[in-house]
Parts: sequence; structure tokens; C-alpha cells
Amino acid sequence: MTQLRSDRIYQRALTAFALALPALILVILGVLLVDALPALRRFGPSFLWTSTWDPVAEVYGAAPMIFGTLASSLLALLLAVPLALSVAIFLTEFSPRWLRQPVAFLVELLAAIPSVVYGTWGIFVLIPFLRSYVVPPLKALLGWTPFLQGVFYGNSLLAGGIILAIMIVPYIAAVSREVLLAVPTSQREAALAMGATRWEAVRTAVLPYGRAGLIGAVILGLGRALGETMAVTMVIGNRHDIGVSVLQPAYTMAAAIANEFSEATTGMYQSALVEVGLILFVLTVVVNAIARILIWRVARGAAVGSKAL
Amino acid sequence: MTSTRVLALAALLGAAVPAAAQVQLTGAGATFPNIIYSDWMLTYNQAHSDVKLNYQSIGSGGGIRQFSDGTVDFGASDAPMTDSAIAAIKGDVLHIPTVLGAVVAAYTLPEVSQALRFTPDVLADIFLGKITNWSDARLASINPGVKLPTQDIIVVHRSDGSGTSFVWTDYLSKVSPEWLQKVGRGTSVNWPVGLGGRGNEGVASTVRQTPGAIGYVELGYALINKMSFGTVRNGSGNWITPSLASVTAAAAGAMKDMGPNTDFRVSITNSAGPQAYPAASFTWLLVHKTYADSAKARALVQFIWWAETAGQAKAPQLGYAPLPQELRPWIQARLKTVAAGGRAVWKAE
Repeated sequence: MTQLRSDRIYQRALTAFALALPALILVILGVLLVDALPALRRFGPSFLWTSTWDPVAEVYGAAPMIFGTLASSLLALLLAVPLALSVAIFLTEFSPRWLRQPVAFLVELLAAIPSVVYGTWGIFVLIPFLRSYVVPPLKALLGWTPFLQGVFYGNSLLAGGIILAIMIVPYIAAVSREVLLAVPTSQREAALAMGATRWEAVRTAVLPYGRAGLIGAVILGLGRALGETMAVTMVIGNRHDIGVSVLQPAYTMAAAIANEFSEATTGMYQSALVEVGLILFVLTVVVNAIARILIWRVARGAAVGSKAL
Repeated sequence: MTSTRVLALAALLGAAVPAAAQVQLTGAGATFPNIIYSDWMLTYNQAHSDVKLNYQSIGSGGGIRQFSDGTVDFGASDAPMTDSAIAAIKGDVLHIPTVLGAVVAAYTLPEVSQALRFTPDVLADIFLGKITNWSDARLASINPGVKLPTQDIIVVHRSDGSGTSFVWTDYLSKVSPEWLQKVGRGTSVNWPVGLGGRGNEGVASTVRQTPGAIGYVELGYALINKMSFGTVRNGSGNWITPSLASVTAAAAGAMKDMGPNTDFRVSITNSAGPQAYPAASFTWLLVHKTYADSAKARALVQFIWWAETAGQAKAPQLGYAPLPQELRPWIQARLKTVAAGGRAVWKAE
């Protein structure tokens, strides 16, 4: 009897702890909603698509920040995914055994560096490097596209995207590596037995088998990129503007909140910033939901890879 | 025998504990005066071991909020409280200036070795985005003999809310009607052009790394980091190099407009003094008019008066401009009104 009772207490305690987390999310959402209410009432849905951010006149619109958050994160994914997948594939399929652990360790070490260090590195190393060696040839080659218009000041969407890319590579690489390691050897052997080269085996057998897990890895990176604050604000230029050129300065929601919250003295200013936080919160939830759906869809075809998540 | 020993021991212990009860004073606010406040509090505590002061530099806005909420004994701010903020706490605040700060236009032009000159309208037009190149005729005409490069001007401003931005935009609002109408003054404003840097260090590093950049940073910060900054023509028509002396002169020049009964919530940008640097400002301590605890109130008032007198000598070496001495009687008059339990706590030492 006593055994049973202690079991029951144990179970209830665990349930309470498990439910505490979802409850916490609801509380956060509730607090954000309540604090954002004045701004929600005053600006309505137009908050999402107007671009003025004027604390003096108390007129706020978050469109540039929403755009900047999405653009910098997508740019980061564009740069990080090929790199991270290459690292993961190399480490699981092609690397000599003695190289695997050191490289994996060093890649994962990137995730341990504080973001303010990335930001400082961005200001003093990355931006001067971009200005001298990357942007001039890039402009000469692709300067006719709308993505490379305007003068390059240094602090820009491009710099923000690259910093973010470097920061999310270790996450994507580490998870992808786990996913690829979870692909059964029999899959590779079957492909090789059919006469495939090693690269063909990876392409036709390993990657499709693990694709659900790989998408999960990418989304994990995206989630991190959306919320990253310090490193981005140090290099992105913090300008409330929407432009397709990656050479122009931009702003992200997380950066704006971090920058402006401590000195937001009026109620409406604070409320507008909280609403930005609310949008960021919802955006993150939506991105994760899309990721889940994507994984479920893909996982129907190949269930095993998603186990690594 | 034993009892005497115990008594002796008790006496010894008693001597180690200060006779008067310790007074704990907590304050929070502006980051700009943090260095001198910390220094003052440390020095003061060495002479007055019964008074323990603690200051958290969380930013002016946070300081005003915590002071208004009553979570700290005193606040500190680089921007005065607004009328509505004062009304919200039923007027229970005194603004006591402590030191002066100034904001300078720092730039990076590797080809130019002399300090550049700026007139107020040129500065305003640069920050409005109307003057976009260093070779502009108006810049050239006020800088005769300087070979200005043909280079885009890149404006850098603060992205975080800050008293430094307030002083700069307050100055531009006073000298440019267009700035006042389009942008206005505030700790954060809607900048017409430019890049945002986080903190003085963020603006400074961007200005330094970017040829052709111009930004505004705190004078002390620019001096310590040896940045090149501009000479500005003040309201009297003199070219003023930003320095601790010309900042003190700005406060002295503004005294005529303030009058002895001032509440000190005055902007001293574009001040009337002939040697005044125009982008200068007080930084204030926020003190309640009435306190519940008279020991606390007395200790606070005494500390502040010490800072206003003996403490001022420390200012220049820490990069702050001291207040003009002529201001002291007015500050003393204000401190004498601080009361607890219906009685003023001022006591001549």
C-alpha cells in the first residue's frame, strides 16, 4: 500500500512539474497581452505594417523590425545551412576517424562563445573585412541586382546575417550530425551494394532517410537566429528601415527591445515595445509550429531520422 | 574575575561596532555619472563609516521609475523629469545638479588632421541628412584651409535610449527650427538618417571603424579614447573647443536665465556664456522633498552637500566638468528644504 501511495505522490509531482512549463508560457503570453494592450488599442493591426518609430511623437509601427528579424534570420539560414550540413556529412560519412572528435568539438565550441564576443568580433574584424575584401568584388559581380544596391557603411543586414550564420552553424551541425549518425548502416550498405559511389549513397540513402531530423535541425537554428539580440544589434545598424539591399542597415525586434526598453519612460512607448515582444513571441511559436508540421509530413516517409530530435 | 573579563570583552566588542546606527542609502539611475558617484560614495564612506551608500547605474529612465516607485532613496538622471512624471508623484521631487556633461561631434576623417569647425545649422543639417558629403560648400566655407575629402557623411547615433541623445537632440532642437519640427528632443528619437550604435562605445567604435562617419558621444568618453571631435560655434558667435572648462562656463552662462529660485530642471544647451560650449547639460540627483526616516534624510542631504563642495574637486580628473561655484548657494537653499517628520533635516556640520 505505502509503495502505491508514494508512487502516486511521485506521479503527481512529476505531472505538476511537467504542466508548470506550458503554464509558464501561458502566463508569459498573458502578461505580454496585458502590457501591450494600450498599444494594441491605439495602433490596432496597422502596427504590423507601418514603419514610423517615433518616441517623441509617440507613433509606433513595427514593420521594419519584423522585416529585419525575418530577413536577417533567413539570410543566416541561407549561409549557415549548406555549411552546417557539409560539416555534418563530412564528419559522419567522409572524415578520417581521428579527425571526427576534434572537429566536432571545435564546431560545438562555437556555440559556447558569448554573443557579445561575436558582436565585438563583428565590429572589429568582420565589418572591416567585408568592407575591404568582400563587398567590392560582390558589387562588381552582382551590383546590378536589387540586393546589393546602395553604399556599404559596414553595419548592415549582411553583417548581421553573417554573424547570425556563424552563431547558428554549431547548432545545426551538431543536431544534423546526430541525425546522420542515427541512420542505420544497413541503409548505406544497401546503396553501396547497388553500386552507388559514397556521395551517391549519402544523397540517395542517408539524407532522405534523415530529412525530417535535418529539417528539425535547421528550424532549431532559425529559432535561435530569430531571438538573438546582442551580437546582431552590434552590427546590424539599428535603423528602422525596410530595404531589399543587404548592404543597408536594418533592425530586429529583439535588438530594439534590448536597446530601448530601459529608457522607455512613457506608458505608450513601453507598451509598444511589449507589443514588439508579443509579435516576436507569436512569430517564434508560428515558426516552430510550421517546423513541427513539416517534420510530421516528412516523417511519414522516413520516421527514423526524427528520433534524433 | 571572570565577570570583569566578560565585561572587558563586551566593551571591546562594543567599540568595534559603530556607536550610531548605520544608515543605508540606495540610489539608482543614470549611467553617465556612475564613475564619479561611485568614487564619491566610497570616499564619503571612509570619512563617515556610519553612512553606507549604494548606487546602481541602470539608466536615467530606470532611475526615474525606481525613484517614483519609492524602491530607492534617491534617483539620478541625465534628463529632467517631465511635468507629468512629477505630477504623478505629487511634486515630491527636487532636482539637484551634481556635475556637468557635454556631448561632442566625433568624426573619422583620416586625411584631416586639424579639428573641424561646425556651425549649429551645419550640424543640424548633417544630422537631418541634408548635408551628405564632407566636401559640401557650407562645411568648406567654415573650415578655410582644410582640405576636405569628397566622401559620403555617415551619421551614427545612439540606438539605446540615453541622456546623451537627449542633450544632443535638445541642442539641435534649439538651433534648428526644422529639427524641432521634424524630429524634436528625447532620449530616443526618430533619426532621419544614420546608423544606430549601442551605448557610447557602440557609437564610438562605429565612428572609428568607418571613414567619413560622424556621431555624438559623451565628452569624457571622447577625451579618454582620444577621438577627434569638432569645434562648435556657440550662441555668442565664438568657436568653442569642447573642454571641461567650456562646459562649466555653459552652466555659469545659463545662471542668469535660471534665477535663484530655479528648480534646476533647466536645459543649458546653447547657453548664453561667451565661452560656453553649447551641447552641455547638468546631471541630476533626484531627492524627495519629504522623507519618513529623518536619519536617512539627514545623511543623504549631508552627503549631497559634501559632493557639491569637497567632492567637486574630484570631477576634472574623472572626466566630468565641475559645477560653477556660484551655483552652490542655490543648491544649498534647495537642500535646506528637505524635511522629515515636518522638520527640515539640514544641520550645519
